Amino acid sequence: MSIDIRCARLDPEEISRNYSELHTPLTELQAIQESARCLFCHDAPCTEACPTDIDIPGFIRKIASGNVKGAANTILSENIMGNTCGNVCPVEELCEQVCVKKTAEEKPVVIGQLQRYATDHVLENWIQLFQRAPQSGKKAAVVGGGPAGLSCAHRLAMLGHEVTLYESRDKPGGLNEYGLAAYKMLDDRAAREIAYILDIGGINIMTGKTLGKDFELAELRRDYDAVFIGLGHNAVNALGLENEAVDGAHNAVDFIELIRQEDLSTLPVGRQVIIIGGGNTAIDMAVQIKKLGAESVTMVYRRGLDEMGATEYEQQVAQTNGVLIRTHAKPHRILTLDDQLNAVEFEYTQNDADGRLTGSGEKFVLPADQLFKAIGQALDATPLDGEETPEISHGRIKVDESQHTSLPDVWAGGDCTAGKDLTVTAVQDGKIAATSMNEYLNHG
Amino acid sequence: MADLSCKIAGISSPNPFWLASAPPTDKRYNVERAFEAGWGGVVWKTLGEDGPPIVNVSSRYGSVDFNGQRMMGFNNIELITDRPLQINLDEITAVKKAWPDRALVVSLMVPCTEQAWKDILKKVEQTGCDGVELNFGCPHGMSERGMGAAVGQVPEYIQEVTEWCKVHTDLPVFVKLTPNISDIRRPARAAFDGGADAVSLINTINSIVSIDLDIMAPTPTVAGKGVHGGYCGPAVKPIALSMVSEIARDPHTRNLPISGIGGIGDWRDAAEYISLGCGSVQVCTAAMRYGFRIIDDMVDGLNNWMDEKGYATLEDFRGAAIPNVTDWQYLDLNYKTIAAIDQETCIECGLCHITCEDTSHQAISASKDENGKRTYTVIDEECVGCNLCYLVCPVPKCISMNEVDNGLPYLNWTEHPNNPMK
Ligand SMILES: Cc1cc2nc3c(=O)[nH]c(=O)nc-3n(C[C@H](O)[C@H](O)[C@H](O)COP(=O)(O)OP(=O)(O)OC[C@H]3O[C@@H](n4cnc5c(N)ncnc54)[C@H](O)[C@@H]3O)c2cc1C
Ligand SMILES: Cc1cc2nc3c(=O)[nH]c(=O)nc-3n(C[C@H](O)[C@H](O)[C@H](O)COP(=O)(O)O)c2cc1C
Repeated sequence: MSIDIRCARLDPEEISRNYSELHTPLTELQAIQESARCLFCHDAPCTEACPTDIDIPGFIRKIASGNVKGAANTILSENIMGNTCGNVCPVEELCEQVCVKKTAEEKPVVIGQLQRYATDHVLENWIQLFQRAPQSGKKAAVVGGGPAGLSCAHRLAMLGHEVTLYESRDKPGGLNEYGLAAYKMLDDRAAREIAYILDIGGINIMTGKTLGKDFELAELRRDYDAVFIGLGHNAVNALGLENEAVDGAHNAVDFIELIRQEDLSTLPVGRQVIIIGGGNTAIDMAVQIKKLGAESVTMVYRRGLDEMGATEYEQQVAQTNGVLIRTHAKPHRILTLDDQLNAVEFEYTQNDADGRLTGSGEKFVLPADQLFKAIGQALDATPLDGEETPEISHGRIKVDESQHTSLPDVWAGGDCTAGKDLTVTAVQDGKIAATSMNEYLNHG
Repeated sequence: MADLSCKIAGISSPNPFWLASAPPTDKRYNVERAFEAGWGGVVWKTLGEDGPPIVNVSSRYGSVDFNGQRMMGFNNIELITDRPLQINLDEITAVKKAWPDRALVVSLMVPCTEQAWKDILKKVEQTGCDGVELNFGCPHGMSERGMGAAVGQVPEYIQEVTEWCKVHTDLPVFVKLTPNISDIRRPARAAFDGGADAVSLINTINSIVSIDLDIMAPTPTVAGKGVHGGYCGPAVKPIALSMVSEIARDPHTRNLPISGIGGIGDWRDAAEYISLGCGSVQVCTAAMRYGFRIIDDMVDGLNNWMDEKGYATLEDFRGAAIPNVTDWQYLDLNYKTIAAIDQETCIECGLCHITCEDTSHQAISASKDENGKRTYTVIDEECVGCNLCYLVCPVPKCISMNEVDNGLPYLNWTEHPNNPMK
């Protein structure tokens, strides 16, 4: 069968309809009724489940009383990216998972959407809620302009320090700008939030500056009083197969970046598409390529549905978008035709007596015009190289509970450190680091 | 950031939000938790005279739930404090010492003799509290002993007791009024004439919140029997606001400071009371429903609203609504509004039509096209501007009431040709 990859499989209008928002914003009526459902629990399970410790019943009560600005303040004081998080947090396994209304009525309060309702209010009306403390005279460097770096920079600036943020790309935002699914982050949502963060002042952004290439960690440590590292994941895991780089095979994260940055009708889309992986990225890739008009999209995961990184809700999003999820199979061989990807051969998997995943020997072939690899990302620590480097443990920068690395004046957070790889945890890491750095900057 | 500090009858507090005399202010433990949470002041749970403590029943509260929301109305058959007087006095002393910036007023109710009031006042003065509130309002239990509402319903008694108190103490005296009376101005004038520094209102309203149809008895039920209790919570706010406005407008009591009470649950309720002239506001049911942390949004919400409106202090809007509360005969009979339905946001529920059709002026027509789309349209000539459709419409801003420029001048009932008494 011939290879079929084309741009604009659907007409632009259909693509843009497909890429409309996953959740449309709540209307005033919905916000009033939904906030009235909140019981204003004491010691609320939702707050306990929030990685950034937002007083959720508190902000919902403020929406109910008509104090929407106050609600936004409650949210953003703990999570400066509360607007993005309202859109992209896997609430089904965080706050909404434990909402007592879910227990009582099988329907949680839609916390994420209420959070977005409140924060949209201050972003749309550009109500600046934060001011800087008097200047401390101290300087801090932040490497990486993703959620971790920006959250750290904002908190440091608020506490009166002067921040320089180094970002290797030409736009800040990290995966908010280049990674999160387009239908969760419509229009200039990411850029608007970043503009609001920077509006506090005291944060000088240097784009196009890469650690390990344009400057070294040692220089930062010499020139600044404290350093935060929020590099995110800067490497992707490989399948370990021959021909992995064949035409038609992509790293999902690279293609997702194009989806976020380019005109959607210029992207190459295969008729038959395979995604390998079982996490967030795999789901987002599968759904987004389907929305671009791929005819059949199959996600293949080596273990069972329960073991997938993607939540049940995300699996459902994929399935309702027409993605077929196949489990217990791993890629064995990439088949080509005229040096182009043509099919992938898979081997069924099973657990051996020790519970380890092994191939069963039985194989099957799926035809494919395009293959997207989404089997995880990693940290490549070489940019940190130098005389003194922060300790690395299990492939991540090692930090204590204050996000402090093994170096006295260096902190780190977000995907380059251990923990859940989520926007909300990256924001929390940056916030915690800034608090600890502030302590260090003020008291040595 | 607006300045929320409040001063009433010489008493200052960092914000106008006080807890009303009730279980939330019954003991040091609660009051200190309230102050930690940020409340500006408290009126301590009503103290009685020394002697055998009060006896309370078991099963004390009843509720009116509305559309799945709990406690839209709340009632109780509790009495004044059932703790020994000296323990209360000692705790009040300790709390005031630890929290000097908060308002601490002590509520009192003793038999109707000068000696009884003199005795209790002397003891209470020792605590260092900021003022006293005379509880003439409790509608149950205490009236049976010639106290509470039994006094509050007789203006002469109010005046006399207030006078005694003003003779026997220099502390500011608040008189707490019962709403179980037909004209609230009469007890308020009596308090004023007796020298009261302020009035607090309302106390609870006589009520039976429900009948348990299985046992055929009112709730709360005590061993198969029930009694009328005192009603409060969100449901009573309109009654209280009206009473507050009457006192604020009455030439006799115009400058009498008011501490507003009744159904206050958020900053907006409080702002409404303050706009009718209240100096401080008091809260009971909302705290009993959710705990003290509701103060967060009360303070924050009031602050944000004042900033938005450009009010720097409470005085900037206190009483601002009073000039706009008038008597019916002075309303402009030539003023005309009519309803308009926004077809874009209409969800086709038909409530505007059926309520107008059945119970008002047949001013909203209903039609259905071949696709089943329903359209409701106001018949301008029939609409009297009553607001009913606007009130029943479930969608915010879908129905609006718009002023019609009919070119007619202001004309009130006193001047109207149809007025036979003109
Ligand atoms: C496809 C995809 C979808 C996702 N969807 C969700 C979701 O729906 N919900 C959710 O909560 N999370 C989601 N995540 C995870 C979330 O995006 C990340 O956990 C989060 O962005 C991590 O933030 P960070 O600041 O640590 O890293 P990043 O967002 O990766 O930011 C790191 C920044 O550092 C810069 N940088 C890297 N190296 C250098 C260098 N040497 N010098 C200077 N700058 C450098 C990068 O350019 C980047 O701007 C998703 C991730 C992916 C990949
Ligand atoms: C359980 C309960 C006990 C009360 N006890 C007293 C009291 O001892 N003295 C008093 O002056 N008012 C008492 N009140 C009345 C309150 O102080 C307040 O005036 C009334 O509840 C209206 O306010 P709310 O609508 O905020 O509850 C009591 C109210 C309740 C609910």
